[in-house]
Amino acid sequence: MRKTVFNDIHRKMGGRLVPFAGFEMPVEFAGVKKEHVHVREKAGIFDVSHMGEIWVSGEHATELVQRLTTNDVHKLTDGRVQYSCFPNGKGGIVDDLLVYRVHADKYLLVVNASNIEKDWNWVVAHNHHGADLENASDSTSQLAIQGPDAAKILQKLTPADLGAVPYYSFIFDELAGKKNILISNTGYTGSGGFEIYFNNAEGPEIMDVLMEAGREFDLQPAGLAARDTLRLEMGFCLYGNDIDDTTSPLEAGLGWITKFTEGNDFIDRTFLEQQKEQGLKQRLAGFELQERGIARKDYPIVNEEGNVIGRVTSGTMSPLTGKTIGMGYVELPYNKVDTVIYVAIRNKQIPAIVVKPPFYQPA
Amino acid sequence: MNVPSELKYTKDHEWVRIEGDTATVGVTDFAQGELGDVVFVEIETEGETLSQGETFGTIEAVKTVSDLFMPVGGEVIEVNEKLEDTPDIVNSDPYGDGWMVKIRIEDASEADDLLSASDYEDLIG
Repeated sequence: MRKTVFNDIHRKMGGRLVPFAGFEMPVEFAGVKKEHVHVREKAGIFDVSHMGEIWVSGEHATELVQRLTTNDVHKLTDGRVQYSCFPNGKGGIVDDLLVYRVHADKYLLVVNASNIEKDWNWVVAHNHHGADLENASDSTSQLAIQGPDAAKILQKLTPADLGAVPYYSFIFDELAGKKNILISNTGYTGSGGFEIYFNNAEGPEIMDVLMEAGREFDLQPAGLAARDTLRLEMGFCLYGNDIDDTTSPLEAGLGWITKFTEGNDFIDRTFLEQQKEQGLKQRLAGFELQERGIARKDYPIVNEEGNVIGRVTSGTMSPLTGKTIGMGYVELPYNKVDTVIYVAIRNKQIPAIVVKPPFYQPA
Repeated sequence: MNVPSELKYTKDHEWVRIEGDTATVGVTDFAQGELGDVVFVEIETEGETLSQGETFGTIEAVKTVSDLFMPVGGEVIEVNEKLEDTPDIVNSDPYGDGWMVKIRIEDASEADDLLSASDYEDLIG
């Protein structure tokens, strides 16, 4: 079991550690509901060092990233970030990721922990362009400081003006006394904040300084369970649940990062364009249960007659609204907003109404 | 970890308090910790007679769902009504207010299958 550099700190802060994607990670500290609400109202800090970091550089870097990802890399400028996915050559998704453009000859790809090896092999296998590749996942740590007060905490620790770093942008600057820290205005919670990347060795000290600076804002540690409920409340996809090697980016509602623009010759472009023209058969839809129950991954979704029309991919109770929410693939036209569908939960069929995520709009 | 010595336990992380022919059942402190925040408890077997090991209900937490099993066979004679409006008492007071059902035991010898507090402590390490 691999450990991040924050393992001891998590234990001291009362984290309950569980195996996740080959790492021992904190699933919760004060409890998932408390942590969830705290991130929405104040600020929480997540150890996301298990995520993978792949550097692509050299004069052919843009070419390779363009080929590998569905979004249009040419739309990126220096210091900007793009959400994207690796199509798998069979109409499915290898992984979803963030693409950071440092400059035209240098990109950082941030990928899911569970897919690091698969992604690395995939990138290497498709590097017919001669780009320079580095898998920095083992030596890179990442913390996500999320919530309405997150920027205020970080601003105390850096000479950079974080107000001048827009959403989905990043800078390299001094933070907590450490030079050259990647400070990124991104996150997976929908409540604002930053994600910071640095070398493992700097981790414990940065965490100490952050927690100290965050005291006046009541910064609290948060675990993977809250990370999951926060992202689901926003309708963000989780790889392994809502998207995987068998799901199409178009069916997953990721058409907005699948760009059929001129010169964007990504893997599966032709296939996906055809799929779009012919019309999709199923779509990922959000829903709210109308009676008590929690929709869990792989529960069948049925219509009024009881025929299976889809399956649940994610579900929980929204800690803020108390509603039980979920996402799942349903056959068209059951994906239309306000359609009544039914989730088969054990021996019952619980009615649910299709809604358009996000399920909650943070202030 | 809180494991009261006067109770009996199951490997499914339930506790049992036997008084005469009545068994009061709940989930252990360890179980509530593993489940995390409990969202609701669904028990629709009141009045039914079930065998040892049969499912008498389910417990839904934010993260996961878990079945509740009969530690001994018998009739489910009472369900804790407080769980309906305040399911979080399973987290805050698993051995007290967070109890789940009372069972009228059919065969007292089935209680011999239950674990002692020290056996249960060994189980959860």
